[in-house]
Amino acid sequence: MSKAVQRIGFALVPVLISLLITALIIVIAGADPLAVFQSVLEGAFRSTSAFGGVVNFWIPLALCSMGLIVTFTAGLWNIGVEGQMVMGAIAASGVARSLGESLPNEALIPLEILAAMIGGGGWALIVGILKTRLGVHEIFGGVALNALANVYAIYLISGPWTPPEGGSAQSTSPFPTAALYQRASGDFPVSLLGLGIALAAILLVALALRGTRWGLHLKATGKNAKSALLLGVPTVQSALTAFMVCGALAGIAGSYRALLTYGSLRPFISGGIGFLALLVVLVAASRPVWTTLIALIFAVILGGSTRLRVALQLDQSLAGVLQGTVVLLVLLANGLRQRLAEPRRPRKEAPRATVERQRSVIID
Amino acid sequence: MTPELLNILNSIVFSATPLVIAGIGETITERAGVVNLSLDGSLALSAMVGFATALVTGNFLFGMIAAMAVGAAIALIIALAGIELRQDQVAIGFVLTLLCADLAQFLGQDYTGQSSRSLPQTPIPLLSEIPILGAIFFDHPVIVYFSYFLIIMTWYWLFHTRPGLELRAIGERPQAAFARGADVNRMRYVYTVLGGALVGLAGAAYTLAIRPGWSNPPSMRGDGWIALAIVIFGGWHPFRVVLGAYLFAGLRALSSTIQRDPSIEIPLALLNGLPWLLMIGTLLLVSTGALERLLNTLPRPVQRSLRSVLRSNPPAALGTRFDPD
Amino acid sequence: MNIELKHIHKRFGAVLANDDISLTFSAGRIVGVLGENGAGKSTLMKILSGYQRPDSGLILLDGQPAAYHSPLDAIAHGVGMLQQDPLDIAPFTVLENFTYGRPGGLSMGRQAARKALFEIARRYGFTLDPETPISHLSIGQRQQLEIARLLSLGVKTLILDEPTTGISAEQKTILFQSLRALARDDGMSILLVSHKLEDVIALCDEVVVLRGGRFVGGATMPATPEQLVGLMFGQPLPPEPRPAAQLGKPVVQLDHVTIRTPRLTIQDFSLTLRAGEVVGLAGLDHSGQELVLRACVGLARPSHGTLTIGGRDLTHKPYRDFVAAGAAFGAAGRIEEGLIAGLTTTEHIALTATTGALVNWANARTITEAQLKQYDVRGTPASPVETLSGGNQQRLLMALMPQSPVLMALEQPTRGLDVESARWIWAQLLERRAHGTAILFLSPDLDELIAYSDRIFVFFAGRFCEVPDVRAATIDQLGRLIGGDFTPEGR
Repeated sequence: MSKAVQRIGFALVPVLISLLITALIIVIAGADPLAVFQSVLEGAFRSTSAFGGVVNFWIPLALCSMGLIVTFTAGLWNIGVEGQMVMGAIAASGVARSLGESLPNEALIPLEILAAMIGGGGWALIVGILKTRLGVHEIFGGVALNALANVYAIYLISGPWTPPEGGSAQSTSPFPTAALYQRASGDFPVSLLGLGIALAAILLVALALRGTRWGLHLKATGKNAKSALLLGVPTVQSALTAFMVCGALAGIAGSYRALLTYGSLRPFISGGIGFLALLVVLVAASRPVWTTLIALIFAVILGGSTRLRVALQLDQSLAGVLQGTVVLLVLLANGLRQRLAEPRRPRKEAPRATVERQRSVIID
Repeated sequence: MTPELLNILNSIVFSATPLVIAGIGETITERAGVVNLSLDGSLALSAMVGFATALVTGNFLFGMIAAMAVGAAIALIIALAGIELRQDQVAIGFVLTLLCADLAQFLGQDYTGQSSRSLPQTPIPLLSEIPILGAIFFDHPVIVYFSYFLIIMTWYWLFHTRPGLELRAIGERPQAAFARGADVNRMRYVYTVLGGALVGLAGAAYTLAIRPGWSNPPSMRGDGWIALAIVIFGGWHPFRVVLGAYLFAGLRALSSTIQRDPSIEIPLALLNGLPWLLMIGTLLLVSTGALERLLNTLPRPVQRSLRSVLRSNPPAALGTRFDPD
Repeated sequence: MNIELKHIHKRFGAVLANDDISLTFSAGRIVGVLGENGAGKSTLMKILSGYQRPDSGLILLDGQPAAYHSPLDAIAHGVGMLQQDPLDIAPFTVLENFTYGRPGGLSMGRQAARKALFEIARRYGFTLDPETPISHLSIGQRQQLEIARLLSLGVKTLILDEPTTGISAEQKTILFQSLRALARDDGMSILLVSHKLEDVIALCDEVVVLRGGRFVGGATMPATPEQLVGLMFGQPLPPEPRPAAQLGKPVVQLDHVTIRTPRLTIQDFSLTLRAGEVVGLAGLDHSGQELVLRACVGLARPSHGTLTIGGRDLTHKPYRDFVAAGAAFGAAGRIEEGLIAGLTTTEHIALTATTGALVNWANARTITEAQLKQYDVRGTPASPVETLSGGNQQRLLMALMPQSPVLMALEQPTRGLDVESARWIWAQLLERRAHGTAILFLSPDLDELIAYSDRIFVFFAGRFCEVPDVRAATIDQLGRLIGGDFTPEGR
């Protein structure tokens, strides 16, 4: 078997197996897998407007993914990306609510984006400070801040921001149209501005990591913070800026959910997109181009499955099942491939434990 | 002591049980040097499977066994990926967290809103008669008593048996364990799967005892993360882990008491944030060394005899791989 | 126990670590196993003690072929090895560590173990409190514990890998006494792997010498150091010419510095380094010399006193301010502290050479090519640093350091390097020193300290003293000081 065939095999086989496993799970749930897959594809591609729905998932997903590439490069598990989206959405909503009636769209959108970046970036900065200054691992800090962001959103929706007509705790009143991202057309309900921001983010992050001193600092910090510090890298600053950049991008993603997808603030507004972005980056091994593509595939699954409940009375968590299975199997297949590639690895010293996890000790 | 207070204490012990069992399970796994980060998903999926099995078979025991099998299977994937395939345990654990939670929601859609009998209350004869303690600790369903047994057993195993020595050595310095004849990776499989099975049982404890029934989103979402934090707070020692679990359950009980009190004006929605603030707070206690300093104020002889309880360092080889030549 | 090794081969990738080695060790003898770094002595001993398996070859124990697959197997056959860093478990107590690995069932058998430990400790004069955690022991005590453990498991051949590194003079005396007793009274075979000739001469009955993976000869003691060096290196090394010092004005000043850690206090240390001066710091591991060295670059924080470099007061300033003032630091663990595994040589150069916001990769590559050539680093601009050998890593670190810093603070600058690489490093250092760089270094190698230092400070448990006349200093004298004998006779 040639190398290329092997590579393709190791990429395709896990995907095929995931489809089989998912099919099996669908059968267990008492449905017809083919009908489900068909429904998902139709849900994503049946019309321009349906595909617009997919793009509306892709934009926040790509934004979060690019942010996470930054934090992963710095050796950080920014699991708090969900909460950063939520805080971005809250901050943007705050601007939309208070200035929505008084400013035109062209003035509001930049303000809202700025607020979202500050909201998401600030929320990420808390995780960063907990990590670098106070020794709380970013996974735990992130999980807690995710929950707190959601708690805060629900508090706002059910309290200070309750619609005057009486709240059902389901959402705030719709924001004024001037405060929303403008859709390209009724047929293609996507904000071209949002699309542009996402594409710019992909390009900027890819370039920044490759060609700037900051990017090199992140990489050095992520691989070995101790050595990086001795070589003159400001490691704490690198980690904190990585968190803030990711948080800011997640914040924009959150604003897109609030100011385009829903037009109001809702509980759990991130819709799991931040977590999904973590999966995307894991499976793409932090490579920007692959990240962009995989984000698109996952957005198709996500967008296509929104119709499942209506069409087939199935819970749309099926999308997560399929995505999770694919990622799990791809990671396992990677391991298998590496394992097979080194039949008898020569070792200088036996036995010793190899540090395998990404160490991200930030020292000062 | 008023009956009301006794009731509250009784319910704290009761509702802390899944956290205790999951926390001890994760402690065992991490003591062997493996991180099972998937707890939040594992708990949900095993809770769902346990509930469905018990409902279909009409047998609690089958439900618990099925839940344990699910937890063990998830842990097996982590062990396989981490040990055999050399993947990052944290990454695999995180993927499984999401996957299992979604799987639980998807497979559980037909059971949503269903409830069933819960595990029966079985007061222990004689013990439940003890004033105060009896009412707090010995008037519960069987699974709570199992958690007591588990605590004592784990402690005894870790610190008073030869295999326990080996378990600690494997997570601490696998090379040294290997030199003494331990099959490091095999034992890591064993303890990871065992820990996972306990996490599964904890899942079943939710749906069969603590909050009987299945809902969407499941009621225990988030508790997996709290259990992971409790393991850190607990310094990888069963007694401190239990203390952490009771502390959490206690503060939850407190916040629900506050919610019921009309004279206190804290918005209900914000109270849901308390466990998470508490989680960060407990981790800060450990990471800033405040807990250590606090414990250091104890008299010397007490410190000496409590040395293993007092230390807060993670097992030195946690999350690392071991390759014997 | 009589041991015969027959035609042992072991290959690691391209390196033939053991090339057809055949040797015999007799019962009751203490044999020194000599060779420079990479000679294959550690590999051979690991094969003999079950930590590694030979590719081919035979081990005969008392004439019987022995095939074992693990260290425990080897111990069951009577062969045990004391690793340089004893393989114990830090949070365990002495007793737990002693117990773990003894045969038995579910129970720990504390009482029996306690008794066995007590017996052995008494017999060999070891001081081991059963309830003390390992993390509170010195290396010497940990060695004693490991020896006691191996003996209690019935080992008849004891292999010791560099056992005198990092232990006090007193502990060394106890160690040597017990080893002699074991050989003489119990007929044990003792194999001592060491590069310290004075230890080999003091202890061994005979030596075998490996070079480049092959057995190149042996000698029965007594032998002179020159003879042994001749065997190890092919020809005796000429003594290093001692370079003359050209001292300039004071550039680094530590004024009544006190550093406290939970384990150690260094009280009132003062030092003035002049431009072009080389000051060596000696001491057992963690005696305080590391702290002083790191304080000089802002990596350890003094509680009292002041610290100036080039006239700038840097007390309590962070590392980067020290770097800005012209200090450079080289840590002992190169790939842990200094280089970044996963980054290429070019990325390392770019890290230190880039000043603007953007990285000019073409430029960085050109510089890297030049630097690799100038510093004789065998690697390419695209080589990840972890693929370089230890010597090449050290040379790369040199390339990453500023050209003419005010101060170079170096931890074990030649750790793990062969003689040639070590000399190359020192040639580089001395060249920089000739341009006025002050050098502060620490080393466990007494020869290195004496050969290159203009002044030497010796540390013991946080106390310190200056060696009065470095030019007349001897290894023996330094050894006494390192062992803590700061009396006038000791000096």
